[in-house]
Amino acid sequence: MSQVHVIVQKISDKFDLVVNPIISAIKGFVQEVGYIALFAGQSVRLLFAKPNRYGEIIKHMEFIGNQSVGIITLTSIFTGLALSFQVYLGFKLVNATDLVGPTVALGISRELGPVLTGLIVSARAGGAMAARLGTMRVNEQMDALDVMGINTKQYLIAPRIIAAVICMPLLTALFDFMAMFGSWFLCTKLVGLDHAVFMSKISNTVEIRHINEGLFKAAIFGFMFAVICCYKGFNTTGGAKGVGEATNGGVVVSMVSIIILDYFIMNLIRIYYLIAGIA
Amino acid sequence: MESNEQKYAVILDDVKKTFDGKEFVLKGVDLKIPRGSLTSIIGFSGTGKSVVLKHMLGLYRPTSGRVLVLDKELTTLDDDALTAFRCNYGVLFQSAALFDDLTVLENVCFPLEEHRRQLTKAQIEAIALEKLKMVGLDPKHNHKLPSQISGGMQKRTGLARALALDPEILIYDEPTTGLDPILTEMVDNLILETHRARPGTTSIMVSHDLNAAFGIADFVVMLDAGKVLLSGTAEDFYKSDLELVRRFVDKGIKH
Repeated sequence: MSQVHVIVQKISDKFDLVVNPIISAIKGFVQEVGYIALFAGQSVRLLFAKPNRYGEIIKHMEFIGNQSVGIITLTSIFTGLALSFQVYLGFKLVNATDLVGPTVALGISRELGPVLTGLIVSARAGGAMAARLGTMRVNEQMDALDVMGINTKQYLIAPRIIAAVICMPLLTALFDFMAMFGSWFLCTKLVGLDHAVFMSKISNTVEIRHINEGLFKAAIFGFMFAVICCYKGFNTTGGAKGVGEATNGGVVVSMVSIIILDYFIMNLIRIYYLIAGIA
Repeated sequence: MESNEQKYAVILDDVKKTFDGKEFVLKGVDLKIPRGSLTSIIGFSGTGKSVVLKHMLGLYRPTSGRVLVLDKELTTLDDDALTAFRCNYGVLFQSAALFDDLTVLENVCFPLEEHRRQLTKAQIEAIALEKLKMVGLDPKHNHKLPSQISGGMQKRTGLARALALDPEILIYDEPTTGLDPILTEMVDNLILETHRARPGTTSIMVSHDLNAAFGIADFVVMLDAGKVLLSGTAEDFYKSDLELVRRFVDKGIKH
């Protein structure tokens, strides 16, 4: 009996050794998600609170939007070129090269446009947000705002969230346009497809709702990366090391979240179309 | 007739604070800071000076006890009321905590732009320039960024910003920590001059610098292990037989 007891005890110890870290990791994850949701809720409550922060919103829009135009333009053109070439090679095998344009257009407007824009902007602007807020935290600048009677979330966080939500669809629209320009250039100038066929196939297939889908997703991605990066920066502890960790954490969590959330939003949109009876 | 509480700018009444629910950082702090005085809070590292300060600023809420500042019980104020109430403070941080993307002048204008919205830009700048002049900062530095001026100038700018709203309570959080002796003396003199120039303003200085604490402060409060060990004038400290006080006084003061 005592031998059985020992074996049971050993199994129990091994089980604890394996399960406890998993449980604590899940607990930590759920807790973190809860804190981020709470942070998002508090920030959203302050989005339209007085005093107005139009100046701050425009300043952050300039940073998130205007300063991302170059990188978005460059990456989108090459995304369009590369994607079109791969699709062209595949469709050539089945003599369906006429469909390269609409396939790329649908893929870009619904998926690649918002997702790649989200990833690029969260890495560039989200990382900078987390680093900036983290530096303000460790340098006591946030404490200074607090003791000046300024609501730090209203002053620092809410304008960044609004700016990201406004800029992301605009940048995604730019991405879509430039990627399709890249696609058009490859198809009509490099591999010799007909311009009229390329354009007519796209206009027959792609509807405005496909583009809107992508823009809607982009706004959600903007909200998400702004909240996550601001949360990480706002709660920075531990000096320069902490700022580095906050920046890294903000960017990684934002990027992973964008890719995961994209799948769920895509399905929600499908369900909406089914309910609304849209083909 | 002035009540007992009205004599004091800050009252901490049996304030206890724990962050983890087990270990108490403050174990029942009783503290009264008279209005218009320059009071210095001293103590070894880790004795709870910063935690006491953050309670006075309403940045921390006590686990138990009361915190009264200018007759308002901070523990009863909600977050929005507390944020508004903080206009009564001016704080000079250890690092000066200037906003690094704003110039010296813009840093001083900032609290005025936030809280004196009825003023024009020209009026705000005039007040900011007056405050910068008061702390003795050469006007040629007004349009420089904080990274382009020295540590002493940053302290002056930080003090000018703290004074911008004419606060009733001025708080200096370890203003001379990490500074060289000459700069330390300059900052000490600046604190004393600022206090004398503003009768009625209560100044509270948290410091390791005993020369400043005993040299310029009207009252000194010594914390140890989350409690007030001794409070009184410099004379009370010199006369004290408490061993910790003796060690602190003997080793800390350069005659």
